[in-house]
Amino acid sequence: MKFNHQSKPMLAAFAAALLVLPFIIDSLLGHGWVRIADFALLYIMLALGLNIVVGYAGLLDLGYIAFFAVGAYTYALLGSPQFGLHWPIWAVLPLGALLACFFGVLLGAPTLRLRGDYLAIVTLGFGEIIRIFMNNLNAPVNITNGPQGISSIDPLSMGGFSFSKTHELFGVDFTAVHLHYYLFLGFTLLVIFVSLRLQHSRIGRAWMAIREDEVAANAMGINTRNIKLLAFAMGATFGGISGGLFAGFQGFVSPESFSLMESVMILCMVVLGGMGNIAGVVLGGVLLVILPEAFRHGAGPLQQALFGKIVVDPESLRMLMFGLALILVMLWRPAGLWPSTQRRRELMPDETVAQQEQDTVYDAAK
Amino acid sequence: MTQPSETLLELSGVCKHFGGLAALSAVSLHIKRGEIYGLIGPNGAGKTTLFNVITGLYQLDEGTFSFDANSYACCKPHLLAQAGIARTFQNIRLFANMTALENVMVGRHVRTHSGIWGALTHNRATCAEERAIAGRAHELLRYVGIHRPSNTLAKNLSYGEQRRLEIARALATEPKLLALDEPVAGMNATETESLKALLQSIRNDGVTVLLIEHDVKLIMGLCDRVAVLDYGKKIAEGKPEDVRRDPAVIAAYLGGEA
Repeated sequence: MKFNHQSKPMLAAFAAALLVLPFIIDSLLGHGWVRIADFALLYIMLALGLNIVVGYAGLLDLGYIAFFAVGAYTYALLGSPQFGLHWPIWAVLPLGALLACFFGVLLGAPTLRLRGDYLAIVTLGFGEIIRIFMNNLNAPVNITNGPQGISSIDPLSMGGFSFSKTHELFGVDFTAVHLHYYLFLGFTLLVIFVSLRLQHSRIGRAWMAIREDEVAANAMGINTRNIKLLAFAMGATFGGISGGLFAGFQGFVSPESFSLMESVMILCMVVLGGMGNIAGVVLGGVLLVILPEAFRHGAGPLQQALFGKIVVDPESLRMLMFGLALILVMLWRPAGLWPSTQRRRELMPDETVAQQEQDTVYDAAK
Repeated sequence: MTQPSETLLELSGVCKHFGGLAALSAVSLHIKRGEIYGLIGPNGAGKTTLFNVITGLYQLDEGTFSFDANSYACCKPHLLAQAGIARTFQNIRLFANMTALENVMVGRHVRTHSGIWGALTHNRATCAEERAIAGRAHELLRYVGIHRPSNTLAKNLSYGEQRRLEIARALATEPKLLALDEPVAGMNATETESLKALLQSIRNDGVTVLLIEHDVKLIMGLCDRVAVLDYGKKIAEGKPEDVRRDPAVIAAYLGGEA
């Protein structure tokens, strides 16, 4: 993704829109939706992390939520009354990321020889192991407080500036959800930047080569073991950061936030949005957070208006619709809603797309 | 043409079993620097197995394997690529959904160094390296005769171009030995002729070539020396015209009381 001169004003307008977005949401839809936007940003970070593993390196990981859990529990244990520790955010977040990274390598190392279905099964197991550990580490020594989870986690704050209090700046009230929005937006942009830079690098090409043909990649001199571990580690790091932010934002973590369903949701964001394409993954993340919420709020009243009573429980209807949407997208847009240019070309070998691409490739050659 | 003098690759007593099947039994051969060495034999003779041993895909069961004066008895493919052995595959194994240019750029991986930090910061060394990688990849595409837009997906290239792209990708690793597994399989006479010219110019650039081929005309016209495998054993070796008259070879190909 490269920006030329014409797109600069566009980019500025887009940035401005992102900055005022929480206020627009607040005034149009209400406070609760700003909170949903915050969650959307956390999920986008997760989806982008998983995109490195699944989209770039082609390693199907069904236990990705485990790294989110590691990040969240790191933050929760070191910044809550649980152990009476209250470490600052600049120490806890990087530590959580580092631990998640470590667990990424820990998961990656024994699965290096596995591909496809087999890798999926092992990673699925790994995700469950982490969750069950968190669930049971309350005896004999109470570490995680078991199924009750850890509450009263320190809110996110930086050098005396607390994100959980309302601050007045330039005569505008910034409430907690607004402030978290900007914090998460910053982190999301950082994750996007890192993803973009990695995608168009020597490492990114090596990942894609492994995705396309591991044997050939190895024969061309790529140390597939290290490069795959790097993909696991990078993906897990993003998950860990997102997890730490989640714990600080929510103020409470419990094992049930890290169920298999969450891993599946994040994978859906990547696959539905467009595997390997950052914009697509972001779109997938936004849609899969917002649509179910919209449905949750809309389905009940709609049924009341149509039938005069609740016919189907909105919660189960939500999953039904979700499944239906998945099937339809996979039927009609198998490469995702916003596929990468390469995948788009796979599906429609169009001259215009080729022409657009040509310019960027030749730029790189100069 | 460089004078074949020194030995580049040497196999002695190489055995490879798959269960009870001896795919290679006590094969010894050496390839000299700068020559084009042909490996022929009937189907199932063990040519590709030998190839996979040389390129690290299989570990040999017995025997020794040395390349460029180093021993590589059990070695990973990427280390052999680093040492200077590059290969193509009998069934084309390109990175199908990457562009022609990217395929060749991946070949440069083993000779370049920038890592995560360079990718994130785009420091001067990384940018220079990326430019050099792309530049060399463009050169190699032209060198092997692919004149399509370099952003064409590998899988959208014609069959002959895909074979050439595999060669370009292999050449990008700066090999000392280029190992080609049936490079002209399925090509017509014109394409074969132009590939022959390409292989000759690769050799003239100082790269030793190891060639598995069924096309006898190509082998006879191109190779300096030829080895014949049959049932995992080397039954003949020497100049193409001598090998051609060898009774054991004739028996292996046409049947006989050998």
